[in-house]
Amino acid sequence: MTNKQWKTTSQLKKERQVKLTALLLFILISVCFFISLNTGHIRLSPQETLITLFGQGTEQQSLILFDFRLPRMVIAILVGMGLAVSGAVLQGIVRNPLAEPGIIGINAGAGLAVMLFISFFATVSDAPVFVMPIIAFIGAGGAALIIYILSYKRHEGISPIRLVLTGIAIAAGIDALMIVLTLRLDPENYQFLATWIAGSIWGSNWKFVLALLPWLLVFLPFIYSKSSVLNILTLGDETAIGLGAHMEKERRILLILAVIVAAACVSVSGGIGFVGLIAPHLTRGLVGDKHEYIIPISAMVGGLLLLVADTLGRWMMQPSEIPAGIIVAVIGAPYFLYLLAKTKD
Amino acid sequence: MEWSKEQMDEKEQLQKVKDTARPTVGILILTTGTVLLMFSLALSISLGAADIDFNTVWGTIFHFNPNSVDHQIIWELRIPRVIGAAIVGSCFAVSGALMQGMTRNPLADSGLLGLNAGAAFMLALCFAFFPGLSYSYVIVFSFLGAALGAGIVYGVGSLSENGLTPIRLVLAGAAVSALLGALSEGIALYFEIGQDLAFWYAGGVSGTTWGQLKVVTPWLCIALLGAIALSRSITILSLGEEVAIGLGERMGRVKLLSAVIILVLAGAAVSVVGAVSFVGLIVPHLARRLVGHDYRWIIPASAMLGALLVVLADLTARIINPPYETPIGALIALLGVPFFLYLARKGGGNV
Repeated sequence: MTNKQWKTTSQLKKERQVKLTALLLFILISVCFFISLNTGHIRLSPQETLITLFGQGTEQQSLILFDFRLPRMVIAILVGMGLAVSGAVLQGIVRNPLAEPGIIGINAGAGLAVMLFISFFATVSDAPVFVMPIIAFIGAGGAALIIYILSYKRHEGISPIRLVLTGIAIAAGIDALMIVLTLRLDPENYQFLATWIAGSIWGSNWKFVLALLPWLLVFLPFIYSKSSVLNILTLGDETAIGLGAHMEKERRILLILAVIVAAACVSVSGGIGFVGLIAPHLTRGLVGDKHEYIIPISAMVGGLLLLVADTLGRWMMQPSEIPAGIIVAVIGAPYFLYLLAKTKD
Repeated sequence: MEWSKEQMDEKEQLQKVKDTARPTVGILILTTGTVLLMFSLALSISLGAADIDFNTVWGTIFHFNPNSVDHQIIWELRIPRVIGAAIVGSCFAVSGALMQGMTRNPLADSGLLGLNAGAAFMLALCFAFFPGLSYSYVIVFSFLGAALGAGIVYGVGSLSENGLTPIRLVLAGAAVSALLGALSEGIALYFEIGQDLAFWYAGGVSGTTWGQLKVVTPWLCIALLGAIALSRSITILSLGEEVAIGLGERMGRVKLLSAVIILVLAGAAVSVVGAVSFVGLIVPHLARRLVGHDYRWIIPASAMLGALLVVLADLTARIINPPYETPIGALIALLGVPFFLYLARKGGGNV
């Protein structure tokens, strides 16, 4: 197998293209990061920002930068990365461009669980933050399981479009249930929940970065190691079945991984949809169909997307803020419609 | 007149629909429905934060005494509200029935196909740019909004190569609703009118006034009469385009008129109660199960059942968790979602 050891020129070219894309995205993220640091209710000039970053700023300046803006931006990037990878995995395993953690009810399930959880505590600040990703995962997993069962038909298996349809319906049902239940919450918890659902990155605190980071550090590399499995699954069910029943097991494992990552993200960011839809798509346009490339690049695209959305949300109508979830929906929904018009089945 | 063989077949199809129609059930629904509706209206008027007995309700209607607090509560708050609920229920249900029949789409509902979100979006614009606009103009904006939502959804649906499948339309409807919902929320935040608008998202008839009813009722009456006048053509359309053409139906005109009526009904309902989904989905299916496939019976039966459903939902919303009111949109969604899943799984069923 000599041709496996020697990379063809087209492969080399592809790799160079991917590296270039990664570099470009990195530069874009850095630029946005710097702009985002300057954006907000209290303006800091670029020099002030730099000075403060190196520890020479006034106390107020470093408070704004290190305790408010930085953690929030780090969370935006991490959540964007997680949601994008989760979306890439989902699209790979159901082989449908419309699959996305928000659309298929993961956000709603996580929201319901988080809501039930915080209603046991007098105030939100009493609730232990580090447990939230687990709680969100239980809700998201429950919702995903219900959707999976309901869209399964004997002899036909899971049809992607039925999966998306069931997801939309379950999300509507859970939303309704949440509205009915919210009336029993006290005002402070209610306010928290309302902002949570709208998808503002509310956890602007290093505590939340710490709560989210381990999940991503463990599961994103794990998903990356499954790239070749994803490549096979994307080829189509016939090919995958030909390779043995063990593909069905891999498909389930990947589904669980995607739910875990999305749930962890959503538990700190709130209901942000469409990132997992847009980012993998743009990425496929940039680097092709290989998941070895799609996963890292779509993580970068997702991080960039959510960072930009959050920054725009802070900048557009100061002093009030628009939740990043709204901005992403305004960009994402037309994109979804465009894809819907393009897909055939 | 001589009929060709194809025309005979089509005639037979139509005749079959007419034969399987159950006018007795239809009449039964309309008569017992009226009695039940009256009873629920009376019950709904007398129950609430302050319980008022039936005698006082009777007294308010026939011997109104402006000095009595009970009479004032009933006249100014309770009566408009329950009438509003009944009207809104009829509007959503009939618009759903028309959509399902005209487009032969079993999953059609003004909420699912983006009409409600469009109307709510226009209302948000109205509150932001023309605060204090009189209600008779607001309702027109609501019609336009419904048209906007429907236009985008059908536009996107028909752009696709495989055309307007029911499921594709629902997906487009969900995305358009997400988009318009996000824009409305943005507008609400920017103009700080979230408080005024929250009510429209959740859905509730508590704010209904006599002024609103006076504006809505004429629209509703015209639209309902129009729907009944069109019902024969809708039955023919629901048999498929070939049959309709075969029977010499002027489809373009019928479709246009139906579309206008659907937009008026959905827009009017949203301007009173907010974006409530699933009434237009559940009720026509139920009506069809009861009275058969003839739209001359489905439409009046839907109007009656829709009114009953929303009046009862509103009553439940008030007594489920007093003193708070649960948004009726949420309550109806809890019924509607399982029903929708059942329909989607079955692949739609007959229209």
